[in-house]
Amino acid sequence: MMYDFFVDLLGNEILAAIVTGVPPLVFILVFVLFAVWLERKVSAHMQDRLGPMRTGWHGYLQTIADLIKLIQKEDISASANDKPLFNLAPVLVFAGTYAAFAAIPFSSYYIGSNLDLGIFFIIGISGLVVAGILMAGWSSNNKYSMLGAMRSAAQIISYEIPTIIVVLTVVMITRTLNLHTLSEIQTGYFWNWMIFGGPTAGLEKFLLIPLMFIGFLIIYTSMLAEVNRTPFDIPEAESELVSGYHTEYSGMKFAMFFLAEYANMFAVSAIVSVLFLGGYQSPIGYLGNLFDAPWLIPVEQFFWFTAKGTFFVFVQMWLRWTLPRLRVDQLMALCWKYLIPIAFVNLIIVGLITVL
Amino acid sequence: MKEYFSNIWVGLSTIAIGMKVTFKHLFVPAVTIQYPNVRVELPERERNRLYVNMDDCIGCDQCSRACPVSCIEIETVKGLPTEDLGKTSNGKKKALWVTKFNIDFAKCCYCQLCVFPCPTECIYMTDVYEFSEFQRNNLIYDFVTLTPQEREQKKLNYQKFEAEKAAEKAAKKPVTPAAEIKAEVKVKTETPPPSSDNSQQSNLKEPGENKGS
Repeated sequence: MMYDFFVDLLGNEILAAIVTGVPPLVFILVFVLFAVWLERKVSAHMQDRLGPMRTGWHGYLQTIADLIKLIQKEDISASANDKPLFNLAPVLVFAGTYAAFAAIPFSSYYIGSNLDLGIFFIIGISGLVVAGILMAGWSSNNKYSMLGAMRSAAQIISYEIPTIIVVLTVVMITRTLNLHTLSEIQTGYFWNWMIFGGPTAGLEKFLLIPLMFIGFLIIYTSMLAEVNRTPFDIPEAESELVSGYHTEYSGMKFAMFFLAEYANMFAVSAIVSVLFLGGYQSPIGYLGNLFDAPWLIPVEQFFWFTAKGTFFVFVQMWLRWTLPRLRVDQLMALCWKYLIPIAFVNLIIVGLITVL
Repeated sequence: MKEYFSNIWVGLSTIAIGMKVTFKHLFVPAVTIQYPNVRVELPERERNRLYVNMDDCIGCDQCSRACPVSCIEIETVKGLPTEDLGKTSNGKKKALWVTKFNIDFAKCCYCQLCVFPCPTECIYMTDVYEFSEFQRNNLIYDFVTLTPQEREQKKLNYQKFEAEKAAEKAAKKPVTPAAEIKAEVKVKTETPPPSSDNSQQSNLKEPGENKGS
């Protein structure tokens, strides 16, 4: 593991922890630069437009240009704002997202912290994001921000239930909460992935495939709602609430929310891919094994992990430009009438299968 | 119960249909263009900024009168009999110095009504459509080819000429008023006017003839 390696190297646990924390941060920054550009290009091409074209080849430097613009902006805060909370909120939102990256296994050799309660930690620490969002809405002293924050909190909390139930379903089969072990279990080829029943065999695998597929759809939908993406973007519904809880923010504080949003998108995609699509495992075997070059394997694993994460981020964008926004009652009906009952039934059936 | 499952089925299948549509559009060529680099081809009879070819302009003022928003301002001065103003490209003789030909494109409604009355086809629409300005005054275009000094000069020349003629008349009148009437009759009948004294008068009448034609 990375952390142990750095402890040995530096001889100091605090320094090692800091050094281990840098790669996810770098990854988040680079990924967000790429994802914002991707989002703009995908949305443009889905609407038969071109999107950014002037900054570099097909506008690939557009996000950097935007970032420079945001840095230059004046840091505005209204006189009626609750200043300490107002300044703390974006940091808290980003911290919640960044902390989730600690337990995500990027490859078999790199995982920020090899927690035995990995997935539990991620779900727990995501609660910090809700606190940050509520704080932002409250301290803005603006009715739109407040409404957006309330909606966001209500939505994230209610959609956490189907997420957790589906996670439990997976955990019942794998019998571990450690994301690294969870990925290792799904090693081999793609038919060992959890969505194809995991490393089980025979009738059990055959029975698990449809159930796992349903679980995958439920967790993807509820994760989509947790990151406030369309069709579940009622917390920042432009046509109703200007832009929700970050209406009053500008400049770098707004950039923090933006960074957290896109980092969250990747975190969620990464969790889905770890739980159901083998995480960093390659679907078709490793070139490192083929050419007898063991150093190549972690690189390939990192590639597959990023590819899976980016694909799910792309699907999120795809859904955004396909579906209209849900109404609040439809949002709640989807969660409480459809996702939760189905997830529970799924849980019970999978439980019976694993026990028998 | 049946409705519950059909709801789920409709929800999922319609999402799939929608995603298929948007995915197809991902590969449709963009309908927008990179404007300043790439431009849409204008239609054949597009109406944009006007241009006046002053070499052909005879100063007849017809475009100005046709204009529904009065954005064309024309002032002319008669040419002296001794001056040769040249001919237009379709053979019309020029008789007036155009000392002012302003078109205010802030007012212009691009109706093209000024283009048709022009007897020499010297005012026409071009394909220029990017001429925005920060100052509204910059939208008043001056088409006159003469320099400001020349314009003043032409005006002064004509005033001087008028004054001289008036003085001449005043000098002649008390002596033989009948002789002058005779001379006028002579001018009307004779073409072309032979003497320099008569040619002056006929030249001055030409603008009137132009308007009549």
